[in-house]
Amino acid sequence: MKYLKFLIVGIIFGIILVKSEAVSWYRIYEMFMFESFHMYGIIGTAVGTGIILLLITKKLKLKNTEGSLMSVPPKDRGLVRYLLGGSIFGLGWALSGACPGPMYILVGTGVFSMLIVILAAIIGTYFYGVIKDKLPH
Amino acid sequence: MEYILQPWPWYISGPLIAFIMFILIYLGKTFGMSSNLRTFCTIAGAGKKTEFFNFDWKSQKWNLTVVLGAVIGGYIAHFWLSNPVDIALNPNTVEQLSQLGFDNAGKSLLPPELFSWDAVFSLKGLLILIIGGFLVGFGTRYAGGCTSGHAITGLSSLQIPSLIAVIGFFIGGLIMVHLLFPLIF
Repeated sequence: MKYLKFLIVGIIFGIILVKSEAVSWYRIYEMFMFESFHMYGIIGTAVGTGIILLLITKKLKLKNTEGSLMSVPPKDRGLVRYLLGGSIFGLGWALSGACPGPMYILVGTGVFSMLIVILAAIIGTYFYGVIKDKLPH
Repeated sequence: MEYILQPWPWYISGPLIAFIMFILIYLGKTFGMSSNLRTFCTIAGAGKKTEFFNFDWKSQKWNLTVVLGAVIGGYIAHFWLSNPVDIALNPNTVEQLSQLGFDNAGKSLLPPELFSWDAVFSLKGLLILIIGGFLVGFGTRYAGGCTSGHAITGLSSLQIPSLIAVIGFFIGGLIMVHLLFPLIF
């Protein structure tokens, strides 16, 4: 039962991403071609709404279900890892059309070849973990 | 009901995604889908050899549950909550894709040229999926997050590292689509 709420959050997340077409390879291509406002509208309104929600949260000092102040953990400082890692992610995102959320969601829509992408992503993550200390961060 | 069965406009979907992020923070967690890839490595035993994967994966059970839900949500949305309609792509996009060899762009969620079993069983098709997935998995962990962690959560909390990461996402995506696609397809 403890996990039921997370299951429901996941189900709603999956429904939103399919209904918004953000899981579509075509939509990602169109976004990078700057030929539609659709994806920018989704990301823009998500971030706009997110900023307002988090500002209100901070102002009202809202607490989470565990009883502590609601907050987002700060990202580590850095430049290279974000720019380089981000670019590598972007290459893969445009090629496979799927980021780590949609990958799973698309399996639910019946695209089982996406399991290959997921497996490759796990291997990519493993590879990062192995060579992490040799990379500039 | 008719409104639900149609594709949802961006001004509905975007705010709803922000609420997903908000609910997870309310539940004492964060919105980050790529972390699960690391968890899978740990479950497979990667923590024995590599420090990066040496953590108690059970602390991530909640996030794996979100993944399970996302798969179920994908099924529900696709098979129960969708009228079969084409994706309303820009006609220019459809035209360019057809020149790259992608016919019927927008008739399905994903191009069969990449994701059908015929494509998977060709060497080039298989390599595209493997390389695409590998780059996503490697890049997202290097950058410390993906679209959910950086673009949605990080930007919403006004974090500079996330802005840099999102700029990186676009550098990579633009290079792929504008420079590499004409070579690959």
